[in-house]
Amino acid sequence: MNEYPIGALAQIPKGEGRNFEVEGVKVAVFHTQRGEIFATQPDCPHRKGPLADGLVGESTVVCPLHDRSYDLKSGKELGADCVLKTYRVRTAPDGTIMLAL
Amino acid sequence: MTKQRLVVIGNGMAGARAVEEVLARGGADLFEITMFGDEPYGNYNRILLSNILSGVQDKSEIFLNPLDWYAENNITLHSGARVTDIDRAAHAVKTANSTVVHYDKLLIATGSRAFIPPIQGVFQADGSLKSGVFGFRTINDCDGIVAAAKQSRKAAVIGGGLLGLEAARGLLNHGCEVHVIHLGPHLMEMQLDSQGGAILKAGMEKMGVHVHLKMSTTAVLGKDKVEGLAFKDGTTLDCDMLVVSAGIRPNAELGTRAGLTVERAIVVDNHMRSVDDMNVYVVGECAQHRGKVYGLVAPLWDQAKVFADHITGANPQAQYVGSKLATKLKVMGVELASMGVTDATEESDETVQFSEPKRGIYKKLIVREGRLIGGILMGDIEKAAFLMQTFDRDSPLPEERLSLLFDLGGPSQKVTIDEMPADTQVCNCNGVTKGKIGACVASGKKTAKGVMEATRAGMGCGSCKSLVNEVVAWFAGGALEEDPSVHYYVPCIPLKKPELITAIREQNLKSVSAVFKALAFDGREDPLSKPPLASLLLTLWAGEYEDERDARFINDRVHGNIQKDGTFSIVPEMPGGITSAAELRRIADVADKHNVPLVKLTGGQRIDLVGVPKDQMPAVWRDLDMPAGWAWGKSYRTCKSCIGIDYCRFGLGDSMGLAVKIEGKFRGIDSPAKLKLATAGCPRNCSEAMVKDVGAVAIGDGKWEIYIGGAAGAHVRKGDVLCTVDSEDAVLKLCGRFMQFYRENAKWKERTYTFVERIGLERIRAVVVDDADGIAAALDDAMEVSTAAVYDPWKERDAPKTANQFATLIPAELPVGDD
Ligand code: SRM
Ligand SMILES: Cc1cc2nc3c(=O)[nH]c(=O)nc-3n(C[C@H](O)[C@H](O)[C@H](O)COP(=O)(O)OP(=O)(O)OC[C@H]3O[C@@H](n4cnc5c(N)ncnc54)[C@H](O)[C@@H]3O)c2cc1C
Ligand code: SF4
Ligand code: FES
Repeated sequence: MNEYPIGALAQIPKGEGRNFEVEGVKVAVFHTQRGEIFATQPDCPHRKGPLADGLVGESTVVCPLHDRSYDLKSGKELGADCVLKTYRVRTAPDGTIMLAL
Repeated sequence: MTKQRLVVIGNGMAGARAVEEVLARGGADLFEITMFGDEPYGNYNRILLSNILSGVQDKSEIFLNPLDWYAENNITLHSGARVTDIDRAAHAVKTANSTVVHYDKLLIATGSRAFIPPIQGVFQADGSLKSGVFGFRTINDCDGIVAAAKQSRKAAVIGGGLLGLEAARGLLNHGCEVHVIHLGPHLMEMQLDSQGGAILKAGMEKMGVHVHLKMSTTAVLGKDKVEGLAFKDGTTLDCDMLVVSAGIRPNAELGTRAGLTVERAIVVDNHMRSVDDMNVYVVGECAQHRGKVYGLVAPLWDQAKVFADHITGANPQAQYVGSKLATKLKVMGVELASMGVTDATEESDETVQFSEPKRGIYKKLIVREGRLIGGILMGDIEKAAFLMQTFDRDSPLPEERLSLLFDLGGPSQKVTIDEMPADTQVCNCNGVTKGKIGACVASGKKTAKGVMEATRAGMGCGSCKSLVNEVVAWFAGGALEEDPSVHYYVPCIPLKKPELITAIREQNLKSVSAVFKALAFDGREDPLSKPPLASLLLTLWAGEYEDERDARFINDRVHGNIQKDGTFSIVPEMPGGITSAAELRRIADVADKHNVPLVKLTGGQRIDLVGVPKDQMPAVWRDLDMPAGWAWGKSYRTCKSCIGIDYCRFGLGDSMGLAVKIEGKFRGIDSPAKLKLATAGCPRNCSEAMVKDVGAVAIGDGKWEIYIGGAAGAHVRKGDVLCTVDSEDAVLKLCGRFMQFYRENAKWKERTYTFVERIGLERIRAVVVDDADGIAAALDDAMEVSTAAVYDPWKERDAPKTANQFATLIPAELPVGDD
């Protein structure tokens, strides 16, 4: 597994998500109001809704198309069985987002 | 106590339901449960295959018991495992790959399969179906049909029964020409009489399905693949695929081989036990009880209960006494419910009938000794819920027969639910009773959605959804005192809207994050509460509101409406539907320059540029150089208009001018739900002002009638006249005052059509027109402040509000030279 710097944390406003492309892989990265960051697959397993455009609260993201909710930590859908692929991600001391692929 | 081993063969709707019922009776402590299922999944809702075929639902949405459920309940599931033998002497079952499992109690729930009549050429030499021929029973079948339909021009369906018609309707959605071949003299003979069949045929044909009656298929043509059908009358029909829906056959062979009595299916006693073996139970379509074999789900819910009561000892006396059959056709565009017999058989039977074939309406009831023994409702099935319940319970009918067919302002819905006994089945597909819904509401589920998810009510064919909603509302209403949460503005803050407003004002909370920190439990954020809070703060603080974009739905972050593929639609302002040649030319140029996939006139009298990717929106706005039309938000949307006094020979007022003024004043105002307005130059109402949230209709002499609470969307309601005023300025003033009152008092997403009914027209008129509360001036001022604070969000094209606001994909900034 490799860790890639993908840009400054300031690229993602607090409470929102953005899609990044790293080495040909598309990843949605979320920056919560509490300052935590999470990374998941970009498309909702239901009908490919863009998860980065979803509403985020604590560590939950709600898909903008049909409101399915996922826990960003585990990738698990709340109250059902879908699972998102999650990636390890952290912020380096200089504020760079480091994503493990 | 050591546990007994319960083995279940068949992991379909009956088998899994029976196990659920056993678990519900504490069966986990009594039994070690093993299940075998031929299909390689957990249990799914077979009924919904029709929706999968028509593309209305997604495969992932129909699972009832996903694989986790088995693990969580300690059930050993052998999926994709076909049981081939039952050794009753050794108390063991054996699968195709020779797994042997022992049982103390055995449940057979193998259901049935599609019956394929032995038509010449339907099978290949190895006994499998010819390529292009399908049964319609499993997810597998469905996948095959959909894949084939995509390639096909012309599809045939043999069988004009319930399933055949559902298949035919589904195939239409894939763009095939569809032919239904039916042997009998009319469609759906099991459920309809000839008159009903004829009306149904007309309905199907109108939809585009070709129906051939009294046709006997003699051969399936084509060497390796279906190429057509040949009929007894010598004619042929070419087609490139064929769905055979000619009935079902119970999977009872296992029983025969094990020496159980099998007639049409495995014969059981009133405890759902094989008549030959005390340790073998049978439920579902493979069971024959009192000479009857069922092919619908409702009977198997009852059977599963009796089985569970008996085997767990919860009620050793439990007896199954048979079921009465009622069903609805799940064909989009046809409303059809049927129950019991289709024709009177005894001289004393009474038939109550109404038919209006032109409109596809047909209603027929057959009454014996004051009780309903059969019924057909087509085209208008309003009364179906009531009649099906009456039929099922064998309740005496009211003397006044007419009210059985039509609503004549009889007892209100509420009384009906009140009187409904707790064990009345509300959702037949999933066997959910009124009592069960009540228990679910009592356990804390306050929303219809929550209750539906927990009980699965309404998740079958969906036709009972509105009844489920009503029953939930009825229970939730009854629990008002104990549970105030249904009245909270957002679920995570225990305050009603007025109390929440007071708290926000007192604590000077100007951002959504500040509200969470100060008022939510533990300061926790709830994602779905963010947009309603943002909307409320905007209403309360207008220009002073601290706009945190993460609190807003994506539409409000980027000022367009998100589409199913993640692109957006762009609707520029066009007040009253008035545009100019120059503007149209510019729009056309923009559409060309940016390759906009679709240009569409909306129902709101403006132009929609559909399918624009997020990162292209700023450029499109720049080139359009028109103000935003706010077509995406919970906000003021548009004001439609008709031609009016300047041009129309009937015009009594300047509807166009007024629409432009209204839009100029209220554009962009946030509100709890959409606000759609219209003005009409006379009561001919060409712009539909009487069915808008707010409408103004000119009545002459400079006078306007103001309508509020109108709707013509998912709900249709004629607006109420709030008052008549005598100038355009007065229209603006009163509309604004009403809208502000609505903004401050409506629940989140409560449209005016509900708000006006909830608050009451008299009360609204008292506040807004007569100023009974003395707040009219305050409402007017608040609206002024709000309108002054609105700005055109499309200006963010030049000054984005957040980092990467319109980026669809950000390339990672990998350091150069890194490996
Ligand atoms: C674009 C448009 C259809 C069209 O091509 O004509 C449209 C499109 C949508 N309507 Fe509509 N409605 C459009 C006119 C209407 C009208 C007609 C009108 O405004 O005069 C109505 C009936 C009037 C009414 O609202 O009462 C209408 C009643 C609805 C409803 C039902 C609301 C209700 O409570 O009854 C919804 C669903 C909702 O709001 O939850 C809805 C929801 C939607 C949404 C926003 C669904 C969504 O959430 O994504 C659609 C967006 C599609 C998309 O991909 O962009 N749309 N919709 C129309 C835009 C008008 C405009 O210029 O702004
Ligand atoms: C497209 C469609 C639409 C329908 N619509 C409606 C409707 O609107 N209303 C309604 O009431 N009913 C409807 N039905 C009928 C309803 O689905 C059935 O009545 C119901 O599924 C019967 O349940 P069951 O458990 O008896 O059989 P099934 O659900 O068929 O379950 C039997 C299971 O046992 C498995 N099995 C069989 N033999 C073996 C073996 N030897 N070893 C292991 N496993 C085995 C099968 O693979 C199957 O999974 C519809 C059916 C279809 C196909
Ligand atoms: S009616 Fe409205 S919501 Fe429904 S599909 Fe058409 S645009 Fe979408
Ligand atoms: S696409 Fe995400 S919920 Fe439907």
